Amino acid sequence: MYLKSAYEIRDKYLRKDMLPTIFCPGCGIGSVLQFTLRAIDDLGLNQDEIVWVSGIGCSSRVPGFVNFDGLHTTHGRALAFATGIKLTNPDLKIIAFMGDGDAAAIGGNHFIHAIRRNLDVTVILINNFTYGMTGGQVAPTALKGLRGTTAPYGQFENPFDIANLAVSAGANYVARWTVFNYLQGINSIKKALQKEGFTLVEFLSPCPISFGRRNRMKTAPELIRWYQKITVPLAKAKKMSEEELEGKIVIGEFADRDRPGLVREYQEYIKRAKKMMGWEQ
Amino acid sequence: MRYPFPVGKSDFIQGDEAIARAAILAGCRFYAGYPITPASEIFEAMALYMPLVDGVSIQMEDEIASIAAIIGASWAGAKAMTATSGPGFSLMQENLGYAVMTETPIVVVDVQRGGPSTGQPTLPAQGDIMQSIWGTHGDHMLIVLSPSTVQEAFDFTIRAFNLAEKYRTPVVLLTDAEIAHMRERVYIPKPEEIETIYRKLPQNEEEAKLPFGDPHGDGVPPMPIFGKGYRTYVTGLTHDEYGHPKTVDAEIHERLIKRIFRKILDHKDEIISREEFMLEDAEIAIVTTGIVSRSAVRAVKILREKGIKAGLLKLNTIWPFDFEYIEELAERVRKIYVPEMNLGQLYHLVKEGANGKAEVELIAKIGGEVHTPMEIVERVVG
Repeated sequence: MYLKSAYEIRDKYLRKDMLPTIFCPGCGIGSVLQFTLRAIDDLGLNQDEIVWVSGIGCSSRVPGFVNFDGLHTTHGRALAFATGIKLTNPDLKIIAFMGDGDAAAIGGNHFIHAIRRNLDVTVILINNFTYGMTGGQVAPTALKGLRGTTAPYGQFENPFDIANLAVSAGANYVARWTVFNYLQGINSIKKALQKEGFTLVEFLSPCPISFGRRNRMKTAPELIRWYQKITVPLAKAKKMSEEELEGKIVIGEFADRDRPGLVREYQEYIKRAKKMMGWEQ
Repeated sequence: MRYPFPVGKSDFIQGDEAIARAAILAGCRFYAGYPITPASEIFEAMALYMPLVDGVSIQMEDEIASIAAIIGASWAGAKAMTATSGPGFSLMQENLGYAVMTETPIVVVDVQRGGPSTGQPTLPAQGDIMQSIWGTHGDHMLIVLSPSTVQEAFDFTIRAFNLAEKYRTPVVLLTDAEIAHMRERVYIPKPEEIETIYRKLPQNEEEAKLPFGDPHGDGVPPMPIFGKGYRTYVTGLTHDEYGHPKTVDAEIHERLIKRIFRKILDHKDEIISREEFMLEDAEIAIVTTGIVSRSAVRAVKILREKGIKAGLLKLNTIWPFDFEYIEELAERVRKIYVPEMNLGQLYHLVKEGANGKAEVELIAKIGGEVHTPMEIVERVVG
């Protein structure tokens, strides 16, 4: 893969009048945004046929910085809004930029149902175990023992494994990487963008200011080293026991299948309706 | 265009069915909903009709998702609607505010039932008047219409779409279980007999760059829908004319919110609709909305027979509210009665409008029955 300079990507896709971004030093959202833009660029997708949707939180501010049509909605509801956009105009490709709280907490129900319907959307999910913008409260993805302002003594609940949740709910494509899995990340996004139906690429992303600081990892490098320590590639994980996997996060490609997407299903439904009413043969 | 129901003739249908047919004729091509009594028949009719007119009808996971989906559909260019009842309407309030803030044309039907909470699912009430006006948070302005017959349910639905599109605003059609489930003769016009309005679209790049500006001076910016190459950014945060978030700028916030108020209040005369019955020489005025208006018509006739100069004011538009008109009315009459199926919601608005110029008395009734004419008459006679 030939990599264009970051300046080229910035100049082509970002809204210069909106810069600088609101992201803190060491935040991983910028990296994931870059991966996504590089994937779009590499595939040569039409900028005017992509709509970015988001909910609330740091990751959800991304659509404001990119020069595309964008809908910055309410907390957790991005995929519900996306359903209306996509079914109204199936020619539009939809990218949903979401956070862990957005997808797994307040928007958990929209998330699983969008997957069940196989809504044609690519979800880019920033998982940093925390509510960064709101000030470091604990997220439903936080591993046991991790601290947040609402779990000052360490999280006592079980975490959600978003990627596995998406696989079980029926997503067509699911992958999880950390922000330093640069090439795998870009390739996964490219794959996701080309597929019909629901596709998800989850990134473990550093949040030094709101999350790391409260968990003895004040800088991005410290967080990245920690991610390296706790992540296990899928192939390796298959050979490990449950005890060995305790506290670890598996990364890799979890699902790659081709069930028909919601748009195609609905178009078939219209045909069936007209046939059943005797309007068409 | 072929329609899945007869047009240009009358039919004997329920209020819910009338709303669905009107929506289709008004150009609605996206419906998202979640089943709830007594609004479910709207959804069921939409589910039957929509695929036949190449529209979308989809059952979402909840009411929050339903209103979210129709807002998304509207930004993709469709006229869109959802329908619910009180408990579902409560869930929709967050995104109703989003639609106000992002100036998204949508129609939300609330078929009221007895509340609070799950209350009386199958019985009529008028307990959502305040919720429809003030349910979402923050300073906001929208339009609320209230029909009293099945024919009006049909006509007002078409009007709701037209107002939503014209003023780029959510419009609430506030009806009740009695009208929703009652069957009446309704004239279903041919499409060429009705006026349908579609939102103003940007005429040039300049206008497209100001999706929240006021290029025409009427407070209503043209709406650059998605996929046309305008690259519009839409946010529920306080934003400037370009759509850029400006959350800590007091001046920009005030300018935005005041324009959202102004675009509706400046056109109040066109938006507000009311009907008067024997009100010219009245000494007693009865002010109603929705189903209760029908008992009130009979009550006025009985009162006139008794020699009492009573008259009726039926409000077709509940919000914006014509406070000035009520004050003028209060100057002309001795007393105003407000019969309504709650413990006093419209009453507060009428009392504020009357401004002390006439006594205002509430005739409240809750529990799931519409006032009988005699109940109103007896209160007036005393």
